[in-house]
Amino acid sequence: MKYLLKGVRAVDPAIGLDVQRDIVIEDGVIAQVEASIAPTEDMIVLEREGCVAIPGLVDVHVHLRDPGFEYKEAIETGTAAAAHGGFTDICSMANTNPVTDEAAIIDYVIDKANEAGHCTVHPAGACTKGLAGESLAEMGDMVAHGAAAFTDDGRGIQDAGMMRRVMDYAKMFDKVIMSHCQDDGLVGKGQVNEGPVSTKLGLAGWPAAGEEVQIQRDIVLSELTGCPIHIQHLTTAHGLDLVRDGKARGVAVTCEATPHHLVLCDEDITTTYDTNLKMNPPLRSKADNAALIEAVKDGTVDVIATDHAPHAAFEKEREFELAPFGITGLETSLGIVNTYLVEAGHIDLNRMVELMCINPRKILRIEQVTLEPGSTADITVFDPAAKWTVEADGMYSKSQNSPFIGFELIGKPTDVFCKGKLTLEDGVVTA
Amino acid sequence: MNRAANKNKVFDHKDLLSIDELSAEDIMTVLNYAKMFEEVNERTIKKVPALRGKTVCNLFLEPSTRTRGSFELAEKRLSCDTVNAGGSASSTVKGESLVDTIKTLDSMKVDMFIVRHKYAGTPYIVSQHTNAAVIDAGDGKHQHPTQALLDLYTIWKKKGSFDGLKVGIVGDIVHSRVCGSLVPALAKLGAEVTLIAPATMLPACPEVLGAAHVTANLDEALPDLDVVYMLRIQMERLEEAPFPSLREYHLLYGLTKEREPLMKQDAIICHPGPINRGVELDSYMADGSHSVITDQVFSGVCVRMALIYLLLGGANDEISA
Repeated sequence: MKYLLKGVRAVDPAIGLDVQRDIVIEDGVIAQVEASIAPTEDMIVLEREGCVAIPGLVDVHVHLRDPGFEYKEAIETGTAAAAHGGFTDICSMANTNPVTDEAAIIDYVIDKANEAGHCTVHPAGACTKGLAGESLAEMGDMVAHGAAAFTDDGRGIQDAGMMRRVMDYAKMFDKVIMSHCQDDGLVGKGQVNEGPVSTKLGLAGWPAAGEEVQIQRDIVLSELTGCPIHIQHLTTAHGLDLVRDGKARGVAVTCEATPHHLVLCDEDITTTYDTNLKMNPPLRSKADNAALIEAVKDGTVDVIATDHAPHAAFEKEREFELAPFGITGLETSLGIVNTYLVEAGHIDLNRMVELMCINPRKILRIEQVTLEPGSTADITVFDPAAKWTVEADGMYSKSQNSPFIGFELIGKPTDVFCKGKLTLEDGVVTA
Repeated sequence: MNRAANKNKVFDHKDLLSIDELSAEDIMTVLNYAKMFEEVNERTIKKVPALRGKTVCNLFLEPSTRTRGSFELAEKRLSCDTVNAGGSASSTVKGESLVDTIKTLDSMKVDMFIVRHKYAGTPYIVSQHTNAAVIDAGDGKHQHPTQALLDLYTIWKKKGSFDGLKVGIVGDIVHSRVCGSLVPALAKLGAEVTLIAPATMLPACPEVLGAAHVTANLDEALPDLDVVYMLRIQMERLEEAPFPSLREYHLLYGLTKEREPLMKQDAIICHPGPINRGVELDSYMADGSHSVITDQVFSGVCVRMALIYLLLGGANDEISA
C-alpha cells in the first residue's frame, strides 16, 4: 500500500522541519518528503490541507489491564483507544493479573498487541516480583523478550534498600526505572490532596510530601547507582524543584506530567464527590498546576504521559472512598495539550513534539523516527483547529471514566500511520 | 433526576446533605420549629398526626444507637411510617452496591431517606438516585448536620444568642464529622470558634471550616469560653496513635474537676456522646452543673422532628394535637 499525505504542515524539531509538505509512505517507511508530490495511480491520497503531521505520538504510561482485568480494558480496546488518540506507540504498565513480572507475560502483551494491530506496545516489566517490593523480578529475561522499561507503577517501592537493588541490577540492561513515588507511611489511606479540600470534604489527605520524599530518594539513588530514573506522574511544585536540582547536578533523571494534573486541580472536587476526579497521585492545588506548566516550558518536565487507567462504570459509581483511583486519558491527551498548552500560548508545536514524540522515545530506548525519507513511517496527523466536545460515546476505550467528558477541545487526531500501516483514518480507527 | 422542589416557603429545601446548604435564617427556622416540637415532647401523649401517610426509610449503613433512635422517635412522633434498612443483615453486606440499594428502596416509594454511612458524600449519591428527600445523618468524616443543629438548639436555649459567643471544641477534630458541620454553622451565626487539639488531631486547613483560632493549649483557652465542646476520643482509632497514651491525653486535654476553676461560671459543656469517662471528661464534669449533655440528647428529638416536618412540607404551621 502506498499513501500520499498531501498538504500537511510537517513539524519535526529533530530535523529542524516546520513547513508545508507532501509525504509518501510505502512499505512501512517514509519514501518521499517534498514540497509538492504529484499523485500516481498506485497511491491512496489523503488530502490534509490545514493539518499537522508529526512523528507518531508516544505514551509512556498506559494501563491496558490485560491480562486479568479485561472488563476494564483489553489490549484490543486499549490499543484502539491509543490509535484514536493519535498514538503510534505506548508503554503498558505491569500491574496486570498475573503481574507482568516474567517473560511469558511480556510475550503475551506483545503478541496480543500485534494481533490487534492498532499501535506498537512496549510493555514495561515489574521491578519486583508480584509488585510486592520484596525481591527482584526476572528483568534480564524480560528484556530479552521485549520489555522496554521497568516499573512497579501503582505503588511506590517502600524500602530504600530494595529500590537501590532494583537500580543497581537494572543498570546493566540500559533500561529506565519508572518510579511511582508514594511513601505509604505518609499517604496512608489518602484520597485527595491534603489541604483545604481534604478538610472541607472530610476525606483523608494525600500530602505532597508523600510524593516528594520518594522523588528525592530516587534521585539520590540514581546518583549512587548510575541507573537512569524516570519520575512518573509528577504533581507538585516542590517535586519539580527536586528534579530541576537533580538535572542541574547531571543526574540521569527525567519526569512526566499528565494532562489532568496540568489542567485540573483539587478545587474541582466538590460536594458531588465526582469519582472521575479521583486518581493517584491526586489532583493538586492551582499553584501546582502553574508550576507544572512552567516546568513543561522550561524543560524540567520531559514528557506528557496520560496514566490511562480505565475502570468499569460500576466501580466508579460508588462512594468516593471506595471507588478505585484512575481515569482514562489516551483519547483526550492531544486535545488537552493542544488546547491548554499550545493554543493557550505556553508552548509551540515543536515543544509539543519533544514532549509527546521525541522524549518518550528516548526514555523507552526505542527507534527515534523522523519525518524524513528512510525513517519508519510512524506519523500522527491532526487537525489543530478542529473544535470538538469530548463525549463518552465517541471513545474506543472499554471504559469511560474521564473527567474531561463535556470539555470543548481544540485539536483532534485525524490519521495515524503505525509502521506504515494506516491505523486511524479521518478520525476512525481502521479494523 | 427530576427534583421536586419543596413547596414549603418558610424552608425551601428538598434535602439536608450538608449544613452549608442552610443560611443563618434557615438554621433559625429549624430552631424555632424545634421549640414548637419541644412542647409536643413534653406531653403525656407525645405524638402529632402531622405527617400521617408519609414513609421514612432509616438507611443506617454504619452502626448507630443514639442518632438512629433519635430519628426513629422523631419520625414516630410525627406519625410517619418508618422502615429500617442497613446494618449487618442488609444487602450491602451481601455485596449490593449503594446505588442498587437506593434504587431498590426507592422503588418501594418512600418519601424520605435518613442516611448514615462511614463514607463521605454518601447522602449526595443517595439524592442522585431518588426523588425522596434525603437527610444526612452522618457521612464519614465529612458532616453530621443534624448533630450540629441539635447542638445549636441546645446552645441557643442556654445562651439566647450566638453573636460573639466563644465556643471551644476540644479533641479529635480531624476525624470529627460533628466539627465538619458545627464549626461552619457556628461561624455563620456569628460565634467565634477555637479548635483545641494537638497537631496530630487537626485537619490540614482548619480555617476553611470557619475556625477563628487554633491552639494546642486547653488551659490557656478555657477562661474565655462560653461553650466547651468536648469531642469523643475514638478508642477504635488509637492504633493510629495521635497521642502517646490515654493518660497523657487526659492530662493535657481532659476536662476535669481540677480545671473547673479555669472556666467561666456560666460556661456550658457539650459532648456529642457517647462519653469516655476518665478520658475527655471526668465524671464530676460530665454530670456537673456545667454539663448540658442530656439536654443535647433531648434537643436531638425536637430538632429532628422540626427538620423532617419542614422537609416533608407539613400541611401548615399549626402543630395540632
